[in-house]
Amino acid sequence: MMFFEEIVVGEVAELGAHTFTAEEIKRFASAFDPQPFHMDEAAAEASHFGKLCASGWHTLAIWMRLNVRHMQQVARERAASGLAPARSGPSPGFNDLKWLKPVYVGDRISFSTEVLAKRASRSRPGWGLLTLRSVGRNQMGEDVISFVAHVFIEAQVDTPPEDE
Amino acid sequence: MSLRYFEDFEVGQILPLAPHTVTRAEIVAFAAEFDPQPFHLDEAAAADTLLGGLAASGWHTCALFMRMMYHGWISEAASMGSPGVDSLKWLRPVRPGDTLSGRSVVVELRASKSKPDRGFVRFRHEVMNGRGEMVMLAENPIMLSRRPN
Repeated sequence: MMFFEEIVVGEVAELGAHTFTAEEIKRFASAFDPQPFHMDEAAAEASHFGKLCASGWHTLAIWMRLNVRHMQQVARERAASGLAPARSGPSPGFNDLKWLKPVYVGDRISFSTEVLAKRASRSRPGWGLLTLRSVGRNQMGEDVISFVAHVFIEAQVDTPPEDE
Repeated sequence: MSLRYFEDFEVGQILPLAPHTVTRAEIVAFAAEFDPQPFHLDEAAAADTLLGGLAASGWHTCALFMRMMYHGWISEAASMGSPGVDSLKWLRPVRPGDTLSGRSVVVELRASKSKPDRGFVRFRHEVMNGRGEMVMLAENPIMLSRRPN
């Protein structure tokens, strides 16, 4: 990751895409969210979803996988240029999460994240807090998920915190 | 099995989450697949981070919360899924060996205006560890079928 000071509000990062298979949808559901419409094609067809679809928590877990991969890629590129990587994480939480459309078998979801705001952390000197809007879009160009995440990111110097 | 429909919920009602003990193996397995950051994978690497030791991915805690909710009450409810989560806070790290428990509290009921077959029940979900500390707090609506006539 980049350091807190280097991060520009408004910047958008493309995190990459993932195609959801029936096998992984059922595997995640059987471990964490075994509602019939995430587990069984026939039950899903009889439900308002109409087809087997991923647990919303599965969509989020895939977002995180691509987000971490992106952060690691940035760290590698920085290392290649002789720049130190900034530490990041953990996150205090998220808000305004919307599961806008189901993620069906075979859907390819592309994720992106935009920096909405940044401020120095009051509770953790030497760290800043980023606010990010993340969106997942399917192959038809429809948004399927949107949420606002918060994450701690290391600062290069101890910035005096702003009032919270 | 008699399902719990939208009409069967009332404000203030408390529904239990099924307890779950989190193992080190499942923390590392989830992290390896979805959130491979050092503080979710390895004790030594986690020691010098803001988490101060190995802890579950917040997304793992979310997934476990869903499972605890399924086994606690959703498996017997006419759930149609959820449109989203208004807010979710990870308040404390979840560590290997923690036994999570908790509850879903009904805070609001709203019948759908556009679709007469369903309603929205808004919950405050509280997840606690074995020391009685809250580790996760969330608020979200869950869509439930109305009782068929």
